[in-house]
Amino acid sequence: MHPAPSVIVFTTLSGLGFGLLIFLGLGLPDVTGMVAFVFFAIAYALAVGGLLASTFHLGHPERALKAFSQWKTSWLSREGCCAVGALVAMGLYGFGTVFLGTAWPLVGLIGALLSLATVFTTSMIYTQLKTIPRWNMPLTPALFLSFSLAGGALLAGQETVATVLLIIAGGVQLAYWVKGDQAFAASGTTLATATGLGNGGTVRAFEPPHTGTNYLLREFVHVVGRKHSQKLQVIGFALGFALPVLLLVLPFNGLMLKHIMAAVAVLSHLAGVACTRWLFFAEAEHVVGLYYGKR
Amino acid sequence: MTELPNSTDRKMGLVIDLDTCVGCHACVISCKGWNTENYGAPLSDQDPYGSDPSGTFLNRVHSFEVQPQACGTQPAPAAQLTHFPKSCLHCEDAPCVTVCPTGASYKRVEDGIVLVNESDCIGCGLCAWSCPYGARELDLAAGVMKKCTLCVDRIYNENLEEIDRVPTCVRTCPAGARHFGDLGDADSDVSKLVAERGGFDLMPEMGTKPVNKYLPPRPKDQIEDQIDILAPLLAPVTGDAGGFMGWLDRALDKIPGGAN
Repeated sequence: MHPAPSVIVFTTLSGLGFGLLIFLGLGLPDVTGMVAFVFFAIAYALAVGGLLASTFHLGHPERALKAFSQWKTSWLSREGCCAVGALVAMGLYGFGTVFLGTAWPLVGLIGALLSLATVFTTSMIYTQLKTIPRWNMPLTPALFLSFSLAGGALLAGQETVATVLLIIAGGVQLAYWVKGDQAFAASGTTLATATGLGNGGTVRAFEPPHTGTNYLLREFVHVVGRKHSQKLQVIGFALGFALPVLLLVLPFNGLMLKHIMAAVAVLSHLAGVACTRWLFFAEAEHVVGLYYGKR
Repeated sequence: MTELPNSTDRKMGLVIDLDTCVGCHACVISCKGWNTENYGAPLSDQDPYGSDPSGTFLNRVHSFEVQPQACGTQPAPAAQLTHFPKSCLHCEDAPCVTVCPTGASYKRVEDGIVLVNESDCIGCGLCAWSCPYGARELDLAAGVMKKCTLCVDRIYNENLEEIDRVPTCVRTCPAGARHFGDLGDADSDVSKLVAERGGFDLMPEMGTKPVNKYLPPRPKDQIEDQIDILAPLLAPVTGDAGGFMGWLDRALDKIPGGAN
């Protein structure tokens, strides 16, 4: 799959933003006034910034409102509805904590659940696609949810929880890579099933239908970027999980140093997640590539 | 709405004969011609006369080579080339319809045709992601998703002669490799053809239940020892010319000079 920057930015930032909103809604940390304002500003900048980035790849962004209508069948529509619901509920909750100095736990809980649902529905947009075997597995929602929760805990300053969640998310990522590498073969889709010509012998793509490129090849066949996938896996894992865990576990003296280290951990995690998210798209192979003799 | 109908009154679709298709791409061109001028946004091209041309097409013809296994009777079997037209299969369980967030994609109850309402399409591309067959292409100029309409503006069009009320690819095919009809009716010509020739689905494991069917290539004749069966008939009948031409040939040879 073509790793579109807009979608990578969207899933990375909004995943982190909604992760932070989940913890804020649960009252972790239990803050009010100016401190609460800073936390909510960061969460909304990430979540809304991500959502806005996602509209950049649309052919007709001005019609985006129509996308709230098909929640009965479409995961993309459900994601839109959950995201708006979460932002409204958490906006209300944030208003209470920032301006009135009171937290409404029920509103916060609803906001947290809707934020969690937003991340889940985002993951299901990818998971539902049988055409991309690497995404079509239960580990995909596990990946998105564990990343969002770990990043949210990290941003919310929940050191112990963040350490545990980062280790879990790192584990899910490793499992996802191992399983993902076997997914295409396990799906059973080959050029033989794609053409129905397998009974006659070995099928080979002989001549493509067009000499130039087209939408399908640009969107679904991204062979070039996979060259460095192993190096990027190491970099993404080190920055996203290993370094932040190390920074959380190591004992630092002094509040200032602790804060700086936390900031480094957050930035490192963000860079690492963006790197693994790039791989999530670049390594995903769409079955339509079979018709072109490519994957 | 993007909910799929439980059943459709008819299942209009194509039957494509892989034995007959000669790979001339006439269906591709006639499809582009008809559909760029009629239903919906035109099928645009980008850099059409430049060094990197690309464009939107609703029908494409691939070519595949099938290499049979070597066996006792055939130690070195010849590979077989199959031309393979591919367009929307108008699936009964069309994933492209249910993923659509706006309701722009839909499957018609009356004839099972899968269409896009272009004024509702936001161009997110998710339907193309969900299609295993690469049947949908986002038009870069219009920013909306384009796909085969089964020439919905031809098949019911009473302004056309009755013979023309079929998809333009079917009407154009010079080899008769494309057939159009109701695949939901067991007594229709297309259904009989599918039953007789063992028509099959593409990627059945995807669970899309395509309406369009493909007919397999028939087994080829086995003439491994003599590839050109006309060769014996074309062997030279005479070595030396006789008569006047023979005399002239010998006389000219005797004159000094020349190539000999």
